[in-house]
Amino acid sequence: MSKTETKPKKAAAKDKAAEERLVPIFVMGKRYEVPASLTIQKALEYAGYQLVRGCGCRGGICGACGTVYRFPNSYRIEVGLACQTVVQPDMYIAQIPFFPGNKAVYDIESLPAVGATLGALYPELFKCVGCGTCTRSCPMDIDVLGYVSKAVQADIAAVAEGSFDCVMCGLCAARCPAEEVQYNIAILARRLYARHLVPQAKHLAAAVKAVENKAFGQALGELKKMSVDELKKAYKALETEPDMAEEFWLPRDKSYLGE
Amino acid sequence: MPYTPELNELIKKVEKTRPARVEKKRAGEEFQGMSLQEREAILKYHPDFKEEGRTEILVGPSKGYRIAKEMVSLLHAKSRLDPDAVDLGHVDYETDVLIIGAGGAGSSAALIARENGARVLMATKLRIGDANTMMAEGGIQAAIKNEKDSPYYHYLDVLGGGHFKNDPELVETLVLEAPKVMAWLEKLGAMFSKFEDGRLKALHGGGTSRKRMHYAGDITGAEIMRTLRDEVKNHPDDIKILEFSAAVELILNESGACAGAVLFNLETEEYIIVRAKAVILATGGSGRLHIQGFTTTNHYGATGDGLILAYRAGVPVRFLHTVQYHPTGAIFPEQAEGLLITEKFRGAGANVLNIDGEQFVYEREPRDVESAAFIRECLERGKGVPTPTGKFGVWLDSPMIDALKGEGTVRKEFPGKWILFHRYGIDITKEPMLVYPTLHYQNGGLEINNRTETRVPGLYAAGEISGGIHGENRLMGNSLLDVVVFGRIAGCAAAGYVQSGVKDGALSLDHIRAYHRELEAARIPLDGRVAPMILPDYSNPEVRKKQLTTKYHGTLR
Repeated sequence: MSKTETKPKKAAAKDKAAEERLVPIFVMGKRYEVPASLTIQKALEYAGYQLVRGCGCRGGICGACGTVYRFPNSYRIEVGLACQTVVQPDMYIAQIPFFPGNKAVYDIESLPAVGATLGALYPELFKCVGCGTCTRSCPMDIDVLGYVSKAVQADIAAVAEGSFDCVMCGLCAARCPAEEVQYNIAILARRLYARHLVPQAKHLAAAVKAVENKAFGQALGELKKMSVDELKKAYKALETEPDMAEEFWLPRDKSYLGE
Repeated sequence: MPYTPELNELIKKVEKTRPARVEKKRAGEEFQGMSLQEREAILKYHPDFKEEGRTEILVGPSKGYRIAKEMVSLLHAKSRLDPDAVDLGHVDYETDVLIIGAGGAGSSAALIARENGARVLMATKLRIGDANTMMAEGGIQAAIKNEKDSPYYHYLDVLGGGHFKNDPELVETLVLEAPKVMAWLEKLGAMFSKFEDGRLKALHGGGTSRKRMHYAGDITGAEIMRTLRDEVKNHPDDIKILEFSAAVELILNESGACAGAVLFNLETEEYIIVRAKAVILATGGSGRLHIQGFTTTNHYGATGDGLILAYRAGVPVRFLHTVQYHPTGAIFPEQAEGLLITEKFRGAGANVLNIDGEQFVYEREPRDVESAAFIRECLERGKGVPTPTGKFGVWLDSPMIDALKGEGTVRKEFPGKWILFHRYGIDITKEPMLVYPTLHYQNGGLEINNRTETRVPGLYAAGEISGGIHGENRLMGNSLLDVVVFGRIAGCAAAGYVQSGVKDGALSLDHIRAYHRELEAARIPLDGRVAPMILPDYSNPEVRKKQLTTKYHGTLR
C-alpha cells in the first residue's frame, strides 16, 4: 500500500531511455533518434511532437492514427496504426490522420435490405479493379478486397461479417485507385445486415413491452424504499446464474420477473 | 515482444494447474467468492483508500470534499481565458442545443434532440467517436430475458457493485431504460452477437447475478459508437459537427441559465463563441489525469474538461472520491501497458493466478474488489509475476476458455485481442496474459437528476461526466448502457427545454470572474496553472527545454 507507482516509474522510464538503444527514424523525411521499444506514436512524442490529429484511443481501435511507412531500398509501402506499431530502424513515416471519404446519407429503416442498395448508394463500387491494394493497406489484416468483391456480388451478410474488425482508419480509401471508400460501404452493409437480415430479438421486444406496461413498477418501488441493511439482505439472497449454465437456465425464485 | 524465457518458465506453472482448474469449472466448483465483510476488508488495498492520494477542494460548490489530488489541481486552476479579453458580443455560431463531446452520450443526445425538433451543434475536442465509448470492449448490460432476469435484479446488482450508495432514482432510470436502449440500438443496426434465431448472446460480468452482458464480439463499444456516428452523419442538416474544437468555458446569461460555450480551435488556436439555448455536457471521464501515477485504458482526450467547466458554473460533484481501476490492464509487453483486457475473458471463465499458478481470488468479484485483491497479491503477499520493466502482474488464463468452451472460442469471441497479442508474438489461445489494475473509469462526477438536469438551468450532463448512477464502483457493461440511456434522456430534455421557450439575455462570463476571486481568496498558489487540461502532456522534457521561444498555457503551446 505504501508503494506509489508515480515517481519510481517516471525515474525508471528516464533511466531506461538513457540506457536503451536509440534507433533512427524519419518523420516525414526528417531524422530523429528514438528508443527502439517505442511505438510510432510514442516515438513522435519523444521526438517532440504534440499530437493533436493522428492520436485517439492509443489502444488500436479508434482508427485515428493510420500511418504509412517504408524502408530505404524497398519499394513496398507498409501500413500500421501508430499506437500499435513499434518503430524499426530507418523507417520513413507519414501519418494520414484524415482522408476525405464519400459518405452516403440514408435512412437505414427504409432502405431496401438487398445487395443492390450498396451499389446504388456507392456506384463507384463497380469501378473496383481488384488490385488488392486495400487488403495490403489494412492495419487490421482485414481481407478488404474480399469484402468489396462480396459487395459487388451484392452479398450483404458476407460484407458485414468480413468487415467487422474495421476501425475505419481510412488507409484503404487513401490508396484505392478506384476511389472507393471501403469502410463506409462496409458500415452500410453491417447496419443493413443487423437491422434487416438478422432476426430481431423477440425476447427484447417482450422486455420493452414489459417495461412500458410498468411490470416492474412495484418491485422497483420496493427496492427504492429499502434501507441499506434490507438491500444488503436482498443482495446476499440473490440467486446467481451459474457460469456454465445453459442459455435457458431458469431461477428458482420467479417473484420479481415481472407482473 | 514474445514472453521472455523467465516468463515462459513461470507459464509452465499455470499450465500445470490448468487441467484441474478446468475440471473444477466444468463441475461448477468456483473459487470461494468474498462475503460483503471480506470485500470491505480487502478494499484497504484499493488506491481510493490511500489518504495521501487525496486532498480537499477549497473553492466552489463542493468545497471541503476530498478527492484525487490530480483532479483538485485542475479545480484549483484558473480559466484558460481572461474573461475581459473575450468579446461575447461577437457570436460565431448559434444553435438550439450545443452538445459538448461526441462520444456515446453526446451522439445519442444529438440524435434524440434532433428527433425532438432541435437544431444541434456538436463540438468535440478530437473527432466524433474519439471517446471511451469506442474503447469499451466487453458489453452492455440490460435485463431483457424476462424468464430469468428483470430490472429488479439489475438494480440490486448495480447497488451491490456501488456499495449501496448509488442514487436510487438514477439507478431506476438506468435499469428501466435498458431494454429500450437495446431495442433502439438493434433498430439502428448495431451488430450484436446473436444466436441464429436472433436471441442476443449474453455473459456474466463481475458482480452480475444473471448473464445480461450483451456484446458485439470484443469490440462492443466500437460497434455501438461507429453505428451512432454513422447515424449522426446521416443528418448533416440538423446536426452540425465541429471537430478539434475543445470547450474551454461555459457561457451563462444574465438570468443565470447556461447559454453557450467558448470553444478553442486546436488547429488555428482561435477562441469561438457559441450561443445556445441549452447545453449538454458529455465530455466523458478523466483517465488521462493518471491518478496516483497509474496507467490508463482511457482515450487520449479523457482529461475531465467538462467537469471543470460545470464546476465553475456552480454544479457540485459527487462520488469523485472513488475512481475505478480496471483489474485487467495489460502489463506486458511494455507497448501494451495499461491497455484494457476486457472483463469478458473472466466472464467466459478465465481464472486469475499468481506466480505459482494458483488462484487467489474468484475472477468475477466487483472491479474494485478484484483490483484490490491483485494489488494485495503483488505488493503485500509478494506473489506477483515480475515483468522485465520491474513491475508486477498476475496471470489471466485465457487458454482455459478454449479448454472449457471448445477450440476456437478465444479467436471467435476475442478477435481484437487475439490479433493484438499475435502482433507481439503472443498466442492468447495458448499462453495466458499478464495483467495489473489500470485506471479505467471516473465513477463519480457532476450532480444530475434523472432528467440529466444540473443545478444550472439549461445545462445538462450525461455519461461518464456525471456521478451517482454507479455509486462508488461501476459494474462492467453499465457504462455503455449509461451513456446511451442518459445521452438519450439529455437530448430529449434539452430539446423540450428549448421548446418551452427559453428566456434570452445578455451573455456573461461573470461566473469565471467570481471563481477567480474565490481562488484568490482561498490563497491557492496558482503557479500559472490553467484548466481544463484539454490534452495530456506526453512531451519529452529534453525537447521542451530547447523550445526557447515557445510558451505553454497549461499543457498546450
